[in-house]
Amino acid sequence: MVVEQVVSAADVADSQWGLWEVFAQQEPGAPHQHAGSVHAVDAEMALQNARDVYARRKEAISLWVVPTATISASTPEDVGPFFDPANDKPYRHPQFYKTPRGVKVF
Amino acid sequence: MTAGEHAVLIHLDEAQRADLFEYLLRLGDDRLVLGHRVSEWCGHAPILEEDIALSNIALDLIGQANLWLQLAGQVEAKGRDQDALAYFREAIDFRNVLLVETPNGDFGDTMVRQFFYSMQAMLVLEQLQRSAHTSLAGIAAKAYKESRYHVRHSGEWIIRLGDGTDESHQRVQRSVNDTWRFTGELFEADDVDRRLAAQGIAVDPSVVRDAWHAQMSEVLATATLTVPNAGFSRRGGRAGKHSEHLGHLLAEMQIVARSHPGATW
Repeated sequence: MVVEQVVSAADVADSQWGLWEVFAQQEPGAPHQHAGSVHAVDAEMALQNARDVYARRKEAISLWVVPTATISASTPEDVGPFFDPANDKPYRHPQFYKTPRGVKVF
Repeated sequence: MTAGEHAVLIHLDEAQRADLFEYLLRLGDDRLVLGHRVSEWCGHAPILEEDIALSNIALDLIGQANLWLQLAGQVEAKGRDQDALAYFREAIDFRNVLLVETPNGDFGDTMVRQFFYSMQAMLVLEQLQRSAHTSLAGIAAKAYKESRYHVRHSGEWIIRLGDGTDESHQRVQRSVNDTWRFTGELFEADDVDRRLAAQGIAVDPSVVRDAWHAQMSEVLATATLTVPNAGFSRRGGRAGKHSEHLGHLLAEMQIVARSHPGATW
């Protein structure tokens, strides 16, 4: 699970430079998606490293870098209260409802 | 080959052809030799991300050399392609400036060499995009974009090393001082440059000297580094008078092609 990796990497005392998460946009209007992470001393170098590691072969038209330590993530213990309630409420899905007779199905 | 390029080639007489071949060797050899030098960092850079960055820069330079030497072979029209020019010439035939063959030294030495070179390359390429020779202009436009990134990458490192710790400041200032004597050659022009520049084909490198000094000084000031005074300048690369370092570099670079001529993979 990605969120766990983020949390553990930020928590471990890292003797290297700071860790930055990289988000890349592949085309105009598309969301920035998590591409991976890089080490860097500051934002400018993080951007350059992100460019070299994740955007050298035309994979991106825009990059964001975010200090990993500034990300708040859910913990494994949150899995139950956060996500389980969604599992027992099938009526939240459109498939739960039967199409009434008389309605033409396309 | 486009129609326009063909027309330019046809109109070159024997002397112009020789000039242009010489000029293209200078452009190509600078990049081939520096690209090989930078590639020596592969697997040895301070961190993984920088290892990838340096390999990217090396590949950019070798890619540019490929294009310049390919065009040189076409202009020479004696059946030599870019591989023949890269792998089957001797050190005395290479036309690169001495700066690019200097050994890598420490990381700061490499960044200073890259910064000094890339700044000159960027300023020359910016003008070379408007060359009357359409093939030459096209390669220059591609290389110009890459050179801007090389200037940014090496420049940002110089700022961080210069304005970093006491040790990094002292070491990178020493790199600047030691590398300085190789910068004069970047702006030396001879009759080949001047004749081709007069025809709108080439850029006389001496015209970018002031802009280079101004932009370089700005970065060094931000880095709290001192720009050395003009002094003794090493030269000779354009005439094939190289340091011993080039011979060792070529031996390593050329051994595979010479041991297995015509090999493909």
